[in-house]
Amino acid sequence: MTKDSYITRQNWDDAEVWKHSKPLLRLLDVELTERCNNNCIHCLINIPASDVEAEEMELSCEEIKAVLKEAASLGCLTIRFTGGEPLLRDDFEELYLYARRLGMRVLLFTNATLITPHIAELFSHVPPMKEVEVTVYGMKRGSYEAVTRKSGSFEAAFRGMGLLLENDVPFVVKGALLPPNIGDMEEFEAWASTIPWMDKPPTHSIFLDLRCRRDPEKNRLIKRLRPSPEEGVRALTRRKEDYLRGTKEFCSKFMSPPGEGLFSCSAGLDSCCLDAYGYLQPCLLLKHPDASYDLKSGSLGDAMRNFFPRYRMMKASNSEYLARCARCFLKGLCEQCPAKSWTEHGTLDTPVEYLCEVAHVKARYLGILDDGERAWEVENWRERIEKMLKDDPKLQE
Amino acid sequence: MNTEVKMDSIYAPSEDVVVREIEGEVIIVPLVAGVGNMEDEIFTLNETGRAILAKLDGKSRLKDVLESLSEEFESPAGEIDRDVIGFVGELFKRNILVEASEG
Repeated sequence: MTKDSYITRQNWDDAEVWKHSKPLLRLLDVELTERCNNNCIHCLINIPASDVEAEEMELSCEEIKAVLKEAASLGCLTIRFTGGEPLLRDDFEELYLYARRLGMRVLLFTNATLITPHIAELFSHVPPMKEVEVTVYGMKRGSYEAVTRKSGSFEAAFRGMGLLLENDVPFVVKGALLPPNIGDMEEFEAWASTIPWMDKPPTHSIFLDLRCRRDPEKNRLIKRLRPSPEEGVRALTRRKEDYLRGTKEFCSKFMSPPGEGLFSCSAGLDSCCLDAYGYLQPCLLLKHPDASYDLKSGSLGDAMRNFFPRYRMMKASNSEYLARCARCFLKGLCEQCPAKSWTEHGTLDTPVEYLCEVAHVKARYLGILDDGERAWEVENWRERIEKMLKDDPKLQE
Repeated sequence: MNTEVKMDSIYAPSEDVVVREIEGEVIIVPLVAGVGNMEDEIFTLNETGRAILAKLDGKSRLKDVLESLSEEFESPAGEIDRDVIGFVGELFKRNILVEASEG
């Protein structure tokens, strides 16, 4: 027998755990419902809480349990319960405990308005093992409820977060930068810094994704709420040093032309999303019918072993994409991906102009592009990146 | 709390943890607050730990576990005793193992 330490404490995300090979599934997103008790102006996936037809189409508790059980058998460590608002489901507690008893940690995305003393005590006694993530839409009732369009949601959210604090349940907050709450940003960040588990400033949704179920009317509103690329980058770079540090580190790994392959993220590689109705998709956003795997006629294991790997091999055919995105070195600064192309255009490989403009503004901020340059035409991009990583970047005032 | 390891006792994983085997690794996941120190921690076992834990079935007395391991592994006298007592003591202290009653 051996003499090294019998038992070792490890971080959940520590690659050292997997000495031989990694599990097939690392993370499963579970959209428990697309319904939400808020009606946020910018939301990419919400239908009314009272939508009975949608509720009847949702997977049953037992059906979700069966998927969770298979996820655990595939080695899954983390379940992300999201929505819609996942706490709308009456069986949330049962599903939460089931996932935890299978030895998985639970990451909950919530607006906190439905956190009750009972739920907070549950999380205190059986911890999720991952901070609850709460999106906060404003620091005043007026601004908050101008976003959520739900009377009483401001008090309910702060009451919910208060319960988490009282019960010592770790949570973090994040924001969404929108016209009604833009004036609250400093107050929000100052308040967020008082939350014991916030070890860095909150992140914000700035550039706003369109509806993942492709709703033209709602998309028009979301587009109107988006900041201009310049305004968005100004907000993103408010903490200049933090932004530069994070971006440089990221750019050192991910700045090169992606070529004609469409998938460069880990969607469908070691993670996927179960939607509220029993279909698996590579990620939360990419709900293209061809990317959807019907669990009624298959299994999570088959989707991860066969369906998603085949799907991820798909190559771009759009000539505009091949001429621009495939040759563009701003990959690490640009959010262009099949999911964003799907939400914006209903295809997988159409350049998204807004994201392209944002990436170019970021690149100019970092000093790796000059005014008027188009990134896919730049030949000495390697030199520019090396210079940026080595020197202090030439920053815009 | 008395953390002395008793040879006549039966030990088993606590209901407050989940023991999982993933890709050849045994991991122990805390279920309730108070097991482990940090919210982001799991536990892994070394080869010895895995061999011992596999015998702690909630039915066998520790002396029988010891005897079974001695038949299975060729180790110098006393080494298996030390391993079993060390392992059980450490996990008992962390609330990962509990004394099970005779079923």
